[in-house]
Amino acid sequence: MAAKAAAFKRSSAVAVRNPKLQQTLHHVVRHFTEARDAAVASEFPPETWEQMRERASSIKLQTLLNLDFYLDMVDRNVRRNGGHVHFAADAAEANRIVLDIAKRNAVKRVIKSKSMVSEEMRLNPTLEAEGIVPVETDLGEYIIQLAKETPFHIIAPAMHKTRQDVSRLFQDWLRSAPTDDIKTLCAIARNALRQQFATADMGVSGANFVVAETGTVVLVTNEGNGRMTTSVPRVHVALAGMERVIPAIEDVALFLRLLPRSATGQRITSYNSFISGPRRASDEDGPEEFHLVLVDNGRLNLLKDERLREALKCIRCGACLNVCPVYQKTGGHAYGWVYPGPIGAIVTPAMNGFARGADLPFASTLCGACKDVCPVKIDIPKLLLDLRPEAARRTGTWAERLLMRRWVDMMRARESLERSSRLARLMQRPLSREGVIRRSRLPLLAAWTQARDFPAVAEKSFARRWRDGLSRAEP
Amino acid sequence: MARHRPRSGRSQPSPRRVKAALCVTCLIDQFFPHVGEAAVKVLRRLDVDVSFPEQQTCCGQIAFNGGYRAEATAVARRFLDIFAGDDYVVVPSGSCASMIKVFYAELFQGDEATLERVRQLVARTYEFTEFLTEVLEVDDVGAKFSGSVTYHDGCHALRELRIKQGPRALVAAVEGAELREMEASEACCGFGGLFSVKFPEVSGAILDEKLRHVEATGARAVVTTDCGCVMHMAGAMRRRALDTRALHIAELLAGEGG
Repeated sequence: MAAKAAAFKRSSAVAVRNPKLQQTLHHVVRHFTEARDAAVASEFPPETWEQMRERASSIKLQTLLNLDFYLDMVDRNVRRNGGHVHFAADAAEANRIVLDIAKRNAVKRVIKSKSMVSEEMRLNPTLEAEGIVPVETDLGEYIIQLAKETPFHIIAPAMHKTRQDVSRLFQDWLRSAPTDDIKTLCAIARNALRQQFATADMGVSGANFVVAETGTVVLVTNEGNGRMTTSVPRVHVALAGMERVIPAIEDVALFLRLLPRSATGQRITSYNSFISGPRRASDEDGPEEFHLVLVDNGRLNLLKDERLREALKCIRCGACLNVCPVYQKTGGHAYGWVYPGPIGAIVTPAMNGFARGADLPFASTLCGACKDVCPVKIDIPKLLLDLRPEAARRTGTWAERLLMRRWVDMMRARESLERSSRLARLMQRPLSREGVIRRSRLPLLAAWTQARDFPAVAEKSFARRWRDGLSRAEP
Repeated sequence: MARHRPRSGRSQPSPRRVKAALCVTCLIDQFFPHVGEAAVKVLRRLDVDVSFPEQQTCCGQIAFNGGYRAEATAVARRFLDIFAGDDYVVVPSGSCASMIKVFYAELFQGDEATLERVRQLVARTYEFTEFLTEVLEVDDVGAKFSGSVTYHDGCHALRELRIKQGPRALVAAVEGAELREMEASEACCGFGGLFSVKFPEVSGAILDEKLRHVEATGARAVVTTDCGCVMHMAGAMRRRALDTRALHIAELLAGEGG
């Protein structure tokens, strides 16, 4: 458990040493950040964008503060539309709910459009264990399902796969001919998926937004697979984190402006689906049954904490991942769970009671780039700082603890600082050459000197220089 | 970038000299005392009455960022006592200035009496370049340098204090210095305090990219507002025996040639 709780150190070091990964990251992340910046700057004066973020933030926060009221409204309105609502306290309960629905409907094959909640649940292995075949239909998700991996990025799950990687996967699993033409690869996937769409008994989707006043699930996609998943099979199950709720249909417009621009730099995504319940008598197609599963799975931990609550405003655009200097070097898998990057460094330990990602609050330089791009103004660095005391209790090394205890004693009085400084000058003598320490086996210093020289403590501190004459202003 | 003329601050000597207490930061005090000296030199050249409260040690940021709140609180309280009074407080570090101006309010949340003292301190605390450009209203501090310089935006100066144009104007006004912008000047150098030793591999990889951008400008030196970034960049430059230097902006502004 301890290894799992503080695994970033090792996994990030491995990622940094992978040249192919570094190349892909460099290329793709830059594409995303440039597209986002262009989309935001080309259309809105900075004040307007700022007002939009402010408004979105306040809508989200107000909804979270009254979440019981809005969840109740969702429940009523989905039922009124002829759908069913289920509340799941954790991943296990959510899986049971989906399995029950599947079994009642004698489901053999499930098609899925992208759902991060289903990743939290590990729904695919759960279905497989019951003899039900799940097929991902988002191209990126489909690729990583074939590769038996987890998403690398919230909105671009297979961004770490090159076209050559994809071609090899398709050769292995679909017996296609080798090609590195992207159009051909897409056509291969489309062909394979068509058959799945036509024969599936149940569709499972995520939910970008759940509108309380109308009981509507809003899906934002680019491939059209979301629409197929939610309209072709007999049964549609939408999985939503319980914080996905927004109050009114007119609020959707604002979020549909913020989300695609922040995520991919698009002004609007190719498909925006509004799903309010199952097929009606007058409809030509659509599922006979509609279920909405609202999942807690640790979200209440954040909701009841008045500081961490802010993280639930997240609309999963991924902008904070793309601008993060740490994510840019490590990629998504190093974070060890479903949500990577700066927002993942908050929600992973917070949702899992620190049983996962206990060292993630430290996996940030606190540079603040994430805070500036967040479309709902989550103060990510502040939340990381809020989580650090707990993270330090769980993952701090003995050297660090000792250092901190010594540090506070040292900084409590000028005299003790000078004493320590004298001692350091003595101790560094055998280590330092020409004012720097090049190698050391001391904890912390050893880590620093892996690739960087460390400056030796100065022979005369500034305070000493001040006393020795600097205090007197010279002409 | 156009040359900047000194604004009103210098040409009209005020009846009373501006008084500023220097918070030299623990890093400068112990590792980079010459940067503190440079800051004093620049301030005195601009006729500031500089004092140095001799009991000062640290603002508490390292413990705060490390998750050691009790330790940070003890040291920060001490800081409030030492920098009580009415003088400006000048901090040659965007990061330490942010600790005081932004994060003390977090640290003392709920403690109204202390928060009042924090507000009083925040109102007169300035990062070094901010003090030059916003309080003294100068760009040209009478410095000389020969060669090209590139400016690295220290993260806290940039995103917590919104300091961006001021330091560039100061650099551009240095006689003989040519300011060359690097690609991604706003990108972090990967230091991040404890981050640099908790995740040295990632920190080093971020630093590599920063140094590539610095080197691509062909500048003689990279300057910034923080000795944390200087220590990080200079540490790798030295290890690799690069010709480029990393300087605190005070060093550049104190320069009288060469």
